[in-house]
Amino acid sequence: MLIPKIKKKSILSMLERDLRLDGRSPNQYRDISVHVGVIEKAEGSALAKIGNTVALVGIKVGVGTPFPDLPDQGVLAVNAEFVPLAFPTFEPGPPDENAVELARIIDRSLRELDVVDLKKMTIIPGEKVYIIWLDIYVLDHDGNLTDACMLASMAALLNTKVPKAEADDRGFIKLNKDEATPLPVNRRVVIVSIGKVGGKLIVDPNLEEEQVLEAKLSISIGDNGVVAGMQKTGLSSFTQEEVEKAVEIALNKSKELFTVIDEALKKPSSLWEALRNNG
Amino acid sequence: MKSDGDIVMEQHTANTRRYIGVPGEIVAEGENVRVYGQGVVKIGDKYVITVTSLVEVHNNTITVIPLEGPYMPKAGDVIIGIIEDIGLTAWILDIKSPYKGVLHVGEALSGPFNPLKNNLRRYFDIGDYVIAKILDFDKTKDPVLTVRGKGLGKITRGIIVEVSPPKVPRIIGKKGSMISMIKGETGCNIVVGMNGRILVNCSDPRMANIIVKAIKIIERESHTTGLTDRIRMFIQENKEVCLHELGG
Amino acid sequence: MSSEDKIVLIDEKGRRIDGRGPEDLRPIRMEIDVLKNADGSAYVEQGGTKVIAAVYGPREVHPRHLAFPDRAAIRCRYHMAPFSTSERKSPAPSRREIELSKVIREALESVVFTQLYPRTVIDIFIEVLQADGGTRCAGLTAASLALADAGIPIRDLIAAVAVGKIDGVLVLDINETEDEHCEADMPMAMAPSFNEIVLLQLNGVLSPEETSKAIELGKKGIMKIYELQKETLKKKYELSTRRSQVVT
Repeated sequence: MLIPKIKKKSILSMLERDLRLDGRSPNQYRDISVHVGVIEKAEGSALAKIGNTVALVGIKVGVGTPFPDLPDQGVLAVNAEFVPLAFPTFEPGPPDENAVELARIIDRSLRELDVVDLKKMTIIPGEKVYIIWLDIYVLDHDGNLTDACMLASMAALLNTKVPKAEADDRGFIKLNKDEATPLPVNRRVVIVSIGKVGGKLIVDPNLEEEQVLEAKLSISIGDNGVVAGMQKTGLSSFTQEEVEKAVEIALNKSKELFTVIDEALKKPSSLWEALRNNG
Repeated sequence: MKSDGDIVMEQHTANTRRYIGVPGEIVAEGENVRVYGQGVVKIGDKYVITVTSLVEVHNNTITVIPLEGPYMPKAGDVIIGIIEDIGLTAWILDIKSPYKGVLHVGEALSGPFNPLKNNLRRYFDIGDYVIAKILDFDKTKDPVLTVRGKGLGKITRGIIVEVSPPKVPRIIGKKGSMISMIKGETGCNIVVGMNGRILVNCSDPRMANIIVKAIKIIERESHTTGLTDRIRMFIQENKEVCLHELGG
Repeated sequence: MSSEDKIVLIDEKGRRIDGRGPEDLRPIRMEIDVLKNADGSAYVEQGGTKVIAAVYGPREVHPRHLAFPDRAAIRCRYHMAPFSTSERKSPAPSRREIELSKVIREALESVVFTQLYPRTVIDIFIEVLQADGGTRCAGLTAASLALADAGIPIRDLIAAVAVGKIDGVLVLDINETEDEHCEADMPMAMAPSFNEIVLLQLNGVLSPEETSKAIELGKKGIMKIYELQKETLKKKYELSTRRSQVVT
């Protein structure tokens, strides 16, 4: 995407005065909303919006064999699709490096904190376990996909019901959706992305700002106040002081994101409600 | 209960009827009717709407004014483009259209140009906004631009507002009535690109802000009547707020 | 299938499993302009089926050799989200999705004035977010709304519905359970203003008489969907004027 030079200039000159083109302060997120239970057929789902960025996550629960080195654990598989309807240059086809990177950032954040209690997800130890498919769908891209996708992923996991596994008379495992229990979730995690531009740090860079950024740091924060993952992207660099400052900001902002998730979980929503008047 | 919208959807003045037409709707049939406009075609003896449009019926004359759609370049149009690519002897511009604008060096620089010695980037660089005029376009090749002429050339300051191209005529107004009113009320310089990019240059950034908001209202309500008066009121009210803030 | 698995699709009163009569559509709602980046977009819900469609273009074709000198190319992708089905679906396109993309593209191409935009491409992306039967039909209904929302000139909107035969009875707008157990499934799409059938597939067996009756039944459903599509497009301008009452 091409950013006009005069726009770039005004983004930079405004930031010198701690102002942003869309009226935000440096540490301010755009409007955030999360809707859970939007795909009734999925075992869990959520749609998250940060400004005009829209991410939809659906979770399917299946039965499979465990990894040989982890025979007593269920399997969590995270996948991200940047579908072509979300952005002019997103193309049909297998996930590109950006989509794979994003999926792996979210995967690591979930894994390092044991967000999903996979030990409780075995059916027949060593033989049959639950497989949790977490599929991320980016529907509209206006910058900071990481935070939006993590938010939707976390809310979707908290919305997930695991169907009861039952063996039939021939020993085949079947899932009974009528008897489902909440997915065992140990704790919550969110990601706060912080951009560096003109030596300043800004929270939740939008698409225009991303074009101007020197570098970006996405910081995963657990609800126990730990840093559970980091990913630096972009061509320039951070100093140690900047990283420390960014972590401090992220810890602070994570509280807002956890509150948004809490609020969203209070009432199931619908895609209709979530998508209307987005344009 | 009738909504406010319904009044607009079916407006009756003395003997003119206005409504929103959508693709596939037949506005008229037969030979005893005159149909004008971009958003309509004749198929058999039926006049069929092709783009969501404002339809005005006046006696046996029907005008169909599209409300949606891309910008189609037209010779003589002044447009605002962004330099997207630079070749040896030409710039390629994004002109918010299905087609890219081509600005040849001869239409930009006076005097001889040696591609081996001179770099086009020194004149217009990637990401620069340029006010240009369309010289020629016939769909078989990309539109050819020029920056020779008064008011054309690189934009160095100001805000660019993007609007849906079919709304541009409404922003200009009948015989320029809307745009000259806005200029008069605000004292700002405004250049309306026919491709839906509008340059706003004000010495007071708050005034620019008011104009941006006003343009967005015009875009949203382009199909309604009495718009010029409402926009004038909008600007005057907001100007007063600014003055109060200054005084207080 | 063993006899004990046999489910009753139509009860003795002629009610279907979701309580509908044979000629009833499922509840439908639709909205346009749901995505910001796309040139046009639409969201359609038909019973449990949820689809979103987006249009980009007309725009430059990459790679260039895919361009036609005399008209726009149309590319169409019908795709199902991994979480849209009962069992997780691999995101890689299946043979079914490839086939449906083709028949949907051909249906849409029959109403688009492609000759207005030579050398360009119009991209149409349909994502099934939840599948509960009739997804290609809901996809077409949504895609034609997205084309209209983008302002791309079309002769008509396209409305679509699937007719099924269950327990010997022809029924309108079958859902997934009915689709799985039916004797025949006939998705169809029309350009209703011209009474043209632009998509027709039959999976199953019908007598010649039933074929005619099935088409008649499909037409009835399509006309209702068509009316709702037109309303949805007009509502955008109705709502925007209503909003204006607050602004000014």
